[in-house]
Amino acid sequence: MSGHEHAHGATSEPSPAAGTSSGRLLLTLALFGSMAGGVLAYTYQKTLPPIRKFAGERVELAVKEVLGAPARLDTLFLVGDALSKTPPTGVDPLEAVKVFIGYDSAGVERGVAVEEGTPGFSGEVRLLVGFKPATGELTGFKVLAQTETPGLGDKIIKDSNFVRQFPGKLANPLKGDKAATSDPSTVQTITGATITSKAVIKTINKAVAGETVKPRLEAFAKGGGQ
Amino acid sequence: MTAIEVDTVVEEREPIVPGAPPPAPLWLDFWRGIADDNPVMIQMLGLCPAMAVSNSLENGIGMSAAVIFVLTCSSVLVSTLRRIIPGEVRLASYILIIATFVTISDLVMQAYFPLLSKTLGPFVPLIVVNCIILGRAEAFAGKVKPLRAAVDALGMGVGFTFALCTISAFREIVGNGTLLGHQLFGPNYEPWNFMIMPPGGFLTMGVMFLVMGWWGERQKAKAKAAEVTV
Repeated sequence: MSGHEHAHGATSEPSPAAGTSSGRLLLTLALFGSMAGGVLAYTYQKTLPPIRKFAGERVELAVKEVLGAPARLDTLFLVGDALSKTPPTGVDPLEAVKVFIGYDSAGVERGVAVEEGTPGFSGEVRLLVGFKPATGELTGFKVLAQTETPGLGDKIIKDSNFVRQFPGKLANPLKGDKAATSDPSTVQTITGATITSKAVIKTINKAVAGETVKPRLEAFAKGGGQ
Repeated sequence: MTAIEVDTVVEEREPIVPGAPPPAPLWLDFWRGIADDNPVMIQMLGLCPAMAVSNSLENGIGMSAAVIFVLTCSSVLVSTLRRIIPGEVRLASYILIIATFVTISDLVMQAYFPLLSKTLGPFVPLIVVNCIILGRAEAFAGKVKPLRAAVDALGMGVGFTFALCTISAFREIVGNGTLLGHQLFGPNYEPWNFMIMPPGGFLTMGVMFLVMGWWGERQKAKAKAAEVTV
């Protein structure tokens, strides 16, 4: 490219690719990179509180919904192998595994709510399941996250006829049927979204029968609720 | 001697940037993005988000707002810095600028419009690789003054919005029987679910491009006929 360099002074067309030292290139990119980093760090710090607030509120609203607006709510965190009222150290309370216990105004336990998930049709269906641990009676469920087909699978959120069936059913275990039924432990699945409906049922059974929740709750109650 | 030469080069540089867009009135820079050079309908850019998040008008509007913000901010900044950015690293610098604005808009959406941000999912972060934005930076903003770059970016952004809202309004009305979440046809309407799934997006866009193409051809034929008679 020596011919090109030779012509450089004479030609009136500046060639944008010629004659910039690599030092300047490095400096430009380093400068831009650090400026971008600074701006992003500032934005991140400014937006983190509202993002976390929303995540917390979302779970709280869901808990209140599945436990039928309890008068008092206890949040228990899973620490090691036991439940505790204090969150585990070194773990974000939002990320920790939690069990919620709702009480009515007389102080009687209304039910517990736990998070659980199973694969659905196109991704994990994550639910908050509310139930009475003694009998396995459901108080309700709320979809926390799903990626099911719009218009079909997402009816597990939008179809009130489907959602309404669950409170009062016994998960011992819960079964699904394509036909309408009055069986106390069977619900009717959604036409065109059988796999997603079954994922909901499976998730609920996992949450209620969960070998983890019941014994830990009992141990927690025995220990005086520390 | 050399000093004078450098001066004149700098003076004359503005009009002779290779590949710079020809001078045009500002309203034309704006209008071009909506009509003659519409990024989705004519340039066929940004088709990925136009397909994926156009299943409801709300998604379409949210996505468009993010694109307008990123496009305008990055175009103005690219244009302001055009003399500072060396040619060899211009694409890397443009992407850095674009990625910064995209991350800002993603964080702000997560913080203040959390539900919308959840439904748009990865498509807001993916604006980084949207060809409309890098395309405008490379073809236009890097070669003109900031005001022209801003007007052009706004025009392109509004053009993208127009295309996205047309597609998403149609898909939501037909596929879900609603518009912005309001029921339109009463309880007896059986929504055509197909339209809010990806195949419905392909179909809607195909038909839209067909109509645009037919209309363009017709305009050309009309102009030609008028020329002949004159």
